[in-house]
Amino acid sequence: MATEAHGEATGLSFHPMDQFIVRPLFGDGPVHWYTPSNVTLWLFAIILATLALLVLGTRGRGIVPTRTQSIAELSYGLVHKMVGDIAGKDGLKYFPYIMTLFMFVLFANFLGLLPLAFTVTSHIAVTGVLALAVFLSVTAIGFIKNGAHFLDLFWVRSAPLAIRPVLAVIEVISYFVRPVSHSIRLAGNMIAGHAVIKVFAGFAAIAAVAPISIIAVVGMYAFEILVAFIQAYVFTILTCVYLKDALHPSH
Amino acid sequence: MEGNIGELGQYIGVGLTAIGMGGAAIGVGNVAGNFLSGALRNPSAAAGQTATLFIGMAFAEALGIFSFLVALLLMFAV
Repeated sequence: MATEAHGEATGLSFHPMDQFIVRPLFGDGPVHWYTPSNVTLWLFAIILATLALLVLGTRGRGIVPTRTQSIAELSYGLVHKMVGDIAGKDGLKYFPYIMTLFMFVLFANFLGLLPLAFTVTSHIAVTGVLALAVFLSVTAIGFIKNGAHFLDLFWVRSAPLAIRPVLAVIEVISYFVRPVSHSIRLAGNMIAGHAVIKVFAGFAAIAAVAPISIIAVVGMYAFEILVAFIQAYVFTILTCVYLKDALHPSH
Repeated sequence: MEGNIGELGQYIGVGLTAIGMGGAAIGVGNVAGNFLSGALRNPSAAAGQTATLFIGMAFAEALGIFSFLVALLLMFAV
């Protein structure tokens, strides 16, 4: 939420994309891979928030759960049911990984909505690593579990023989586009939502449209809370779908 | 009236990618609308299909996100 630079050039007091700049936490030096930056800070905050919810929240183990405990239990139950329904019973072995992904993305999205916060998932570098990890592990699981039968995913046996090569090309392309769409969907939604809020906030400087702009910011913020959850949910559900394809490759 | 023609084309291109997002909007609306009309015919089956709804929405939305990505690349990377 920079106040410098773009001011004169755009007429806005801040640039909508400035909130995504990676800055070092201390001083003004260049950002290296080891520099503690705002990304490091918020990644740490995500881990702390997850621990606070899932470990401290369920510490009491009450028969009648407290509010925090029931949120933790609800999120556990949601992901557990999702994995069981979509990936099947044998997919439940990979539940810890999918739960980790869900909690990480959920808290990254939610903490990014705090004022002055940095949205970690708005960077394709972060979501790209998440999606690539899912892609590589799912492909590895597919080959380990099914061997060469995993390639049945691309060779659609239910289709007539003549169009199978065409379908194979399409299936291969759609398989390799998965990590791209998986990562860009999350990052794109986060960038778009936060940038829109900032653009509306920029209009608040003009007195005539300030009330409309403030109402729009409130509306967009409420919508973004919904989007933050839905995108975490969608990210997880797609991971389950990919896992299901790896475990049961025949169509 | 000064400025270079490349920048003009860049901004026109960014505007044109917005059409792609409109296409994705139609797609997502179609998914949600068809889900709703199906769900109202058979409400008891609706609860089990919300996951499918979100998957369908995600796939429809992906293409809009691609056009948004193209817009971002045109604006900030090219």
